[in-house]
Amino acid sequence: MKNIKFLIAGTLFGIIMFKSEAASWYRIQEMFRFQSIHMFGIIGLAVGIGIPMVALIKKTKMKDFTGGPIVFHPKAWSIPRYLIGGTIFGLGWALSGACPGPIVVNFGAGFVGYLVVLAFALLGTFTYGLVRNKLPH
Amino acid sequence: MQPWPWYVSGALIALIMFIMLFFGKSFGFSSNLRTLCTMCGADKYAPFFQFDWKTQSWNLFFLIGAGLGGYLAANFLSPQDYTVAISESTIADLGALGFSAPEGFVPASQFGSEAMGETKNIIILALGGLMVGFGARYAGGCTSGHAISGISNLQPASLLAVVGFFIGGLLMTHVLFPLIY
Repeated sequence: MKNIKFLIAGTLFGIIMFKSEAASWYRIQEMFRFQSIHMFGIIGLAVGIGIPMVALIKKTKMKDFTGGPIVFHPKAWSIPRYLIGGTIFGLGWALSGACPGPIVVNFGAGFVGYLVVLAFALLGTFTYGLVRNKLPH
Repeated sequence: MQPWPWYVSGALIALIMFIMLFFGKSFGFSSNLRTLCTMCGADKYAPFFQFDWKTQSWNLFFLIGAGLGGYLAANFLSPQDYTVAISESTIADLGALGFSAPEGFVPASQFGSEAMGETKNIIILALGGLMVGFGARYAGGCTSGHAISGISNLQPASLLAVVGFFIGGLLMTHVLFPLIY
């Protein structure tokens, strides 16, 4: 099963999200109130390692495990798409205390409220698909 | 096991991104929501959902793993009476909004089974989910895809998306929370 490795990577991700408390509603509130380094440290360090990592992958033309090239798909520039879409996402992130990964992590951890959040996140994605042609991108 | 400090967690998230790149994929979670919509038949309603969802099945395995990881961490890798140790000032701010001091990982008054019968609470959870799902797809990614992967690739679009995440988050926390709670 070639997908088992993604199941393992996801499991590791879920454990990290829980043990780092990045999936905690309390930590998200603390972040948006700038009252601890915790979340900024997590994201900042991930990016601080990620930037030289990606640069090195490109510079050395590193291959993936099959020997194929590692390709990046940068998003095309637009202001309304990222500014409006990002702002709507941020409103939801603060209100529910979780972004998409942690919604699933929290549900797995046994907090049933996140099943409601997940169901409506799917409805939100579906709504976007219906109206996307009418939105500025 | 105690919670992990930010410098361990941040490094491990970078490792997850590297693992996904090495496996020939990318680290981005919210596209799973689109895939799940397609699996549920959304392709009959909008062209946005017309794609072969099986090409994204690797990411669905990652999603299932995330839920499994949450289950394992909560039940086998954390103390029984575990409470998130947020700062005193956050406890005070949340107290002023009517939240009791943290007990557990998330407020039971919002996410516990006993809170599922409260209409106002369900509306809050529903609106939060709607905005996360709508906004992530409109912005073309969430925290993993933009804040981690996109910024690591120095994409201006991802930086703008993260600015948007914070505009929305700050607006919700500082302007709307006092009106809601």
